[in-house]
Amino acid sequence: MKRTLVCLMVLGAFLALVAAPVSAETLELITWEGYAPKVLIDKFMQETGIEVKPTYSTNEEMIAKLRATRGAGFDLAQPSQDRISAVQAKYKIYQPIDYSQVNSDQIIASMLEAVKKNTVVDNESYGIPHVYGTSGLIVNRKFAPDAKDYTDLLNPEYKGRVSYRLKRPTLIGLAFAMGKDPFALYSDPKAYKTLMEDIGQKMIEGKPLVKLYYDNNDAILQALQSEEVHVAMAWDIGGWKMHAVNPDIDFIAPKSGALGWIDTFAIPAKAKNVAGAYKWINFMMRPENAAVFTNAEKYGTASKGALKFVDEAVKANFTRSFTDADIDNIKWYPTVPAGLEGMEGKILDKVKAAQ
Amino acid sequence: MTMKRRFHITLPLICFLTPVLLWLVLLIVLPHVDLLRMSLRAEDDYGNAIWSFSNYMAFFQEPIYWLTFVRTAVYSIMVTVMTFIVAMPVAFYITKVVAPRFQGFLMMLLLMPFWVSELVRVYGWMILLRESGVINHFLTRMGILNQPIEMLYNDVTMVMGLVYTSMLFMAVPLVSVLESLDDSLIEAACDLGANMGTIFFRIVIPHAMPGIVSGSIVVFMLTLGNYLTPNMIGGKNALWFTEQIYNQFIASFNWNQGSAFGFLLLVLSSLVIWAGLKLTRQKLSRVVQ
Amino acid sequence: MQTDLSVQCVSKTFGDFTAVDNVSFEVPQGEFFSILGPSGCGKTTLLRMIAGFTAPSRGKILIREEDMAGVPPNRRPANLIFQHLALFPMMTVAQNIAFGLQRRREKRSDIQQKITRILERVDLPGFEDKAIDQLSGGQKQRVAIARCLVLEPAVLLLDEPLGALDLKLREQMKVELKKLQAQVGTTFVYITHDQSEALVMSDHVAVMNQGHFEQVDTPQNLYHQPQTSFVSRFVGDNNAWSGVVKRCEAETVDIETPSGQHFRTRATAPLTPGTAVDLFLRPEAMIIQPAADLPNLNRFEVIVKSLLFDGANSRLLANPLNDDTELLIALPQNRQFDHIRRDDRIEVAWDEQSGICFASSE
Repeated sequence: MKRTLVCLMVLGAFLALVAAPVSAETLELITWEGYAPKVLIDKFMQETGIEVKPTYSTNEEMIAKLRATRGAGFDLAQPSQDRISAVQAKYKIYQPIDYSQVNSDQIIASMLEAVKKNTVVDNESYGIPHVYGTSGLIVNRKFAPDAKDYTDLLNPEYKGRVSYRLKRPTLIGLAFAMGKDPFALYSDPKAYKTLMEDIGQKMIEGKPLVKLYYDNNDAILQALQSEEVHVAMAWDIGGWKMHAVNPDIDFIAPKSGALGWIDTFAIPAKAKNVAGAYKWINFMMRPENAAVFTNAEKYGTASKGALKFVDEAVKANFTRSFTDADIDNIKWYPTVPAGLEGMEGKILDKVKAAQ
Repeated sequence: MTMKRRFHITLPLICFLTPVLLWLVLLIVLPHVDLLRMSLRAEDDYGNAIWSFSNYMAFFQEPIYWLTFVRTAVYSIMVTVMTFIVAMPVAFYITKVVAPRFQGFLMMLLLMPFWVSELVRVYGWMILLRESGVINHFLTRMGILNQPIEMLYNDVTMVMGLVYTSMLFMAVPLVSVLESLDDSLIEAACDLGANMGTIFFRIVIPHAMPGIVSGSIVVFMLTLGNYLTPNMIGGKNALWFTEQIYNQFIASFNWNQGSAFGFLLLVLSSLVIWAGLKLTRQKLSRVVQ
Repeated sequence: MQTDLSVQCVSKTFGDFTAVDNVSFEVPQGEFFSILGPSGCGKTTLLRMIAGFTAPSRGKILIREEDMAGVPPNRRPANLIFQHLALFPMMTVAQNIAFGLQRRREKRSDIQQKITRILERVDLPGFEDKAIDQLSGGQKQRVAIARCLVLEPAVLLLDEPLGALDLKLREQMKVELKKLQAQVGTTFVYITHDQSEALVMSDHVAVMNQGHFEQVDTPQNLYHQPQTSFVSRFVGDNNAWSGVVKRCEAETVDIETPSGQHFRTRATAPLTPGTAVDLFLRPEAMIIQPAADLPNLNRFEVIVKSLLFDGANSRLLANPLNDDTELLIALPQNRQFDHIRRDDRIEVAWDEQSGICFASSE
């Protein structure tokens, strides 16, 4: 009898340890590097008493992590809008957004509508727009004055001075530069595959030109800064950051169009602090807060009215890189149908393995 | 009565065994069972999950997968051999040549790089070797090179980085096994007419065999499972099998394929270690001591 | 006769410490030569210099008339048997023995034959394929010897190889080693701190102390005619007194001990009266209850403190009257003295010729 009692006590103590209640209210946030600036976390803490705990990640890792726990462990995630619906349909890792809890006056209406439409699964929407940006080319004008499109990544003129990621945006960008519309082929997997294999082959042929396939933003910025790389496919803000250091380097919208992405807020299926998540969303979209974020990180924001708080230098970045025609020409990612990533992954593996 | 007592399950026994069993089951057995289960699942044409060997078939049908696999295995063996070649003289020097009071100091020097994380060590190498790096800077300054050359992103540098990363795990077992080698055995061999080479191959190596094998197992496993070094130093040509597993899990969302790869890697490392033990006529139980 | 080993004025210093101090000796062919000394006396250093593992600071070593300076151990015609034998545990008995022959690139068939022959010689026929850790202590000993002897060295050096054996086996091996040496006729240089090993086996023994040789002589002479007080103390058991010379004649001296006893004994060198001396006397030179008419004896009374029964080697432990010097007295086991008990007061005596005295070193 006594023995059983001891066992129960040990078990009880163990459970108590595991399930120990966290003293203060917290918000577990999985997001991109830089999306949760310290100033805003502190301000949010003062306003609401909620402590935000950010985990930095990428689209792929966010999905993998949430998939592993079936949507538990985080209260709020920030996947790109094109990566929500297919994932949601298959793995059910998010919960529908209750738009009545979102202060939609703060959000650019057209962007909100577009995201709502793109994240629909079974008549429910799963995303709220937060940040947008583009990927295109970062070019060192001193060495590559004529580079203007993705095809310059395969241009022998820049041998050994080219860099890009072995990820799907590179395939998409090259497809557009070759005069194709890969987004239109999303609905025709066979044709899409042929196109991608074709591009993969071009990339293999162009492999000797490549300095390195970078994996993280720091690696490419370092290579650009040391002028080891002259033409790279990368995000706009990276180019703008480099421009501030070295005026020769700048982001340019490629002739065939920059690739536009929108990162969203999405609430994981088993989020514990849903109320806190909505509070953080509304807080982040408040124009003055959104501007703090944009000034720090240079990203475009979906917050309406934030523009008047944004630094001139940041605005100048945008006007320098984008003409009105360039803006019209931005290719916004549509929702990725299931199954494409696996096929693209294999092609990219082949490129990496080719000698 | 005494027999009965011996097999009686007592509370202290439970207390001591529970953590061990929990650890074994929760952290080792269960994940592997799940990995195996996942590797045998696939989707049929209608998107339903079915039991299938297709993940394993895909591995053998797609040259890129098994070529990477073979490449990873061959390079891992190469790195293990080279680590041994580098670590053996070091260990011999520390144990047999240098005065005992410097031994601790030298061991410390050996350990020092491992106080920082692998990432920092790899970055260190990158700063040294990159085109705009320290070594190129000095070589061009001194006029040895006309213009900087890229020393990163090739297989030689990658192997060097992997050897550097694994050094300690080879050196430590070698040092401990050489410490147990009686100096008089070396002297006796010399006295009987042996030269340095013979002493090394007939006396030192056979004595050090358990240490060599255990060091090699650790280095081989670490190298086979390394992700960071091949990826960062190896650069554009160096596809490592772990990277492919990562890609399957993270980029392609194909956990079933990734699990199959993971399992194949497990089988490969077990096979190579088994072969190594057979070849050197060592027993695993003796080597892991 | 040929001289196999000649050591000429060899010294070895480590920093300020002199391990071997100007040692010279020669070993003729076929001799069993021992170097006897307490641990730390420099005998191992001397042996390692002969083997070639250490270079002498000064002096010359010749093996079969060839200067060994600069010749590494693997090229010297001398082989060393190590204190812990240093058999290669990863090899079989045959592989151990073949090791040296293979280094000389001898033919496989010759090696085979030599192994068989040498194993028979050391009484281990058929042991070729045994592993080293299957052997007993004595068998290992013999394999170690076989491993060196098979190379037919000019000189076989042995570094206290019997030290690790238990007493019974050690006694047995002493005899065997001596026999084996006589059979093969190889020159042995044997170092030990065990005087019994040295005395039993050797043709000549050098007694070494603090880096130098005290005396090089036959075992009999070492025992009976020690040249220095160190040799007297170190070789065999001895009773020792300190005292002062009272009178000195041609061959004898009269000595007075601090407790007032008077002894007459022989001296190795002339001593002037008043010199402090050490007097040594073997336990077996002591006569218990001597007949009253025996001449030239130093007689005195002692009190028996204890009886140390050890078969043929039995002793009495006794104190002289009004003195607490402990004396060892051999107790012959002929039942003549069975009546002696503890605390008995008995008369003992020794012949003037059996004691020996040296000027005290301090």
